[in-house]
Amino acid sequence: MTEFLQQLINGLALGSILALIALGYTMVYGILRFINFAHGDIFMLGAFAGFYLAPKVAMFLPMPSIGGGLAVMGISMAICAVVGILIEKLAYRPLRRSPKLTVLITAIGVSLLIEYTCQNDHVFGAAPKSFPTIFPEYHITQLSGLSLNSNQIIVFAVTLILLLALRFIVLKTKIGMAMRALSFNPEAAALMGINTDIVISFTFGLGSALAAAAGILFAVNYPSIDPLMGVLPGLKAFVAAVLGGIGNLPGAALGGVIIGVTETLVAGYISSTYRDAIAFGILIIILLVKPSGLLGKKEIEKV
Amino acid sequence: MKIWRGQILSAAVLAVSLFLSGCNKPPGESFATSDVIKVGEFASMTGSEATFGQSSHQGTQLAIDDLNAADGVLGKKLELHMEDDQSQAGQPATVVRKLISSDGVVAILGEVASSRSLEAAPICQENKIPMISPASTNPKVTEAGDYIFRVCFIDPFQGTVMANFSRKTLKLQNVAVLTDAKSDYSLGLAKFFKEGFVADGGKIAAEQNYSSGDKDFSAELTAIKAANPDGIFVPGYYTEVGLIALQAKQLGITVPLFGGDGWESSALVPIGGAALEGDYFSTHYSPQDTSPAVQNFVKEFKAKYNSTPDAMAALGYDSAMILAAAMKTAGTTDGAKVRDALAATKNFAGVTGKITIDANRNASKAAVILTINNGQFQYVQTVQP
Repeated sequence: MTEFLQQLINGLALGSILALIALGYTMVYGILRFINFAHGDIFMLGAFAGFYLAPKVAMFLPMPSIGGGLAVMGISMAICAVVGILIEKLAYRPLRRSPKLTVLITAIGVSLLIEYTCQNDHVFGAAPKSFPTIFPEYHITQLSGLSLNSNQIIVFAVTLILLLALRFIVLKTKIGMAMRALSFNPEAAALMGINTDIVISFTFGLGSALAAAAGILFAVNYPSIDPLMGVLPGLKAFVAAVLGGIGNLPGAALGGVIIGVTETLVAGYISSTYRDAIAFGILIIILLVKPSGLLGKKEIEKV
Repeated sequence: MKIWRGQILSAAVLAVSLFLSGCNKPPGESFATSDVIKVGEFASMTGSEATFGQSSHQGTQLAIDDLNAADGVLGKKLELHMEDDQSQAGQPATVVRKLISSDGVVAILGEVASSRSLEAAPICQENKIPMISPASTNPKVTEAGDYIFRVCFIDPFQGTVMANFSRKTLKLQNVAVLTDAKSDYSLGLAKFFKEGFVADGGKIAAEQNYSSGDKDFSAELTAIKAANPDGIFVPGYYTEVGLIALQAKQLGITVPLFGGDGWESSALVPIGGAALEGDYFSTHYSPQDTSPAVQNFVKEFKAKYNSTPDAMAALGYDSAMILAAAMKTAGTTDGAKVRDALAATKNFAGVTGKITIDANRNASKAAVILTINNGQFQYVQTVQP
């Protein structure tokens, strides 16, 4: 029982991070109806931003500390938001009227461009780097043998706060309403006087900031970062977004948690060789039974 | 649609014809007219095992520079042609074909990772180009053919050494094994470790797998913790090993971890940190070895690269030196004659110890065991074959 609960905690921590990445995929899809494959690389850039920022922030704030760690995360989210907006402006906006396939292929191109540019020795270099400790670390081991560490708690807390903040932005603010309007019908939204370019930029910025936060959380938990670290989490988060119903925000979060927990349980009890096979197998089954994804029908929160 | 297919077809035909014309060029054709000897090297300069490739390349380059400073080989300078295989499956075959058919190299040095050496070996064998792997320890590598050599020991030896060490020196009874299921190296080491450990009266408490590139090992480690072992054998590469050590400590696992030469990298300790203290691994050499050959090499390496050479650098150095010695003995760079000279190598005094090439073209030599103490690799003992 202890082992099972431990595996559940492990899975939830992994799933929370996937959920944050999945939100970015789903938001962009909700508005532009295309998959931004460079999203996993923004996640990587977020981790690297944190890597280079940590020593700078340490000059002003104590490190490791909650405040210092959150500062690193905040600045890194801001940087990645700008990068996300720039990518949209430079690579995707000129193709706004092109077939969706063109934009999709451009997204793959942007993704490869970022990955391989960053592997250059003059940028980040290909060798894995060790991520500094930015949050204080404690281990809580219960008598039953169940162990929880402070990093996992930070992952849960940050994910929950960001999810609530996102929910607030989408449902209660003007820009959120514009996002929903755009997702519902872009032409009609434009006719109503909504500046679609700004809304799309904002969506990319928001999604990229979430990816950056996920990148930092991932690096805090698995402190070895390299330019290709975003590829697999990006792919899995994409699967999570589809699983939950692409375009649906709570669906993306739910999908992330399901993938994380399934993977961990499969690795722990069956064999880690099959962890991806079974996680992706579940995706296929769910799509066969419910092609719109788990929560795909609820239109109200579609962004 | 038809035009599309036509274009693809013609592009494919063009690609194939280019490829074939590349292959048809006799290897080493340009050699007769040139006054340099071209030696090929393929290494993982980027990607997940980048520090291995970079280290072995630095060692190889140092050897080539040393040889050239001493008037080269057979009166000619050596020219090193290095290609990066990006630590990716599929790349070694491409770059080695390029080295042989387009650059016209007379011999190939590489790779560190067994999976990638295995990919290149059949190509070298087919083209009758001698290939020397500096550090691939999987037995299958040299089984690819009689042109494939290595200057390191092989997995059975390394696995057995760690089985004996953990059983006799650490007195472990009940050990868990965590293997990288995607790596031939890791599977080979795990197999021979398990055989040796069980034959010596030990018990394997749990067996778990991961895949290279994974970052989260908490599921596997939680399952291992439930089996309550007194040690964990992790025959993986440094990137994953650092994270495994870290996550093991976070889950409250306090027993020692130990593994093979895949651990040896300057990137290991920055990733794993204090979680690695008191863990052990076997490797090819220690820069703390006081023999003049080692100290001389360390001094030269430091002067050139401003860092302490690791085992991969030492093996890279030895791979180039043993090739040069064989060319000198053969008196030519002809593939078949160099091959014969390499096969006859006895007691070659390398940086990584006395190397004798056995009947299976493997190096027979000693292994050393290191521990991690205050973030430094510390010499524990030498194990003779």
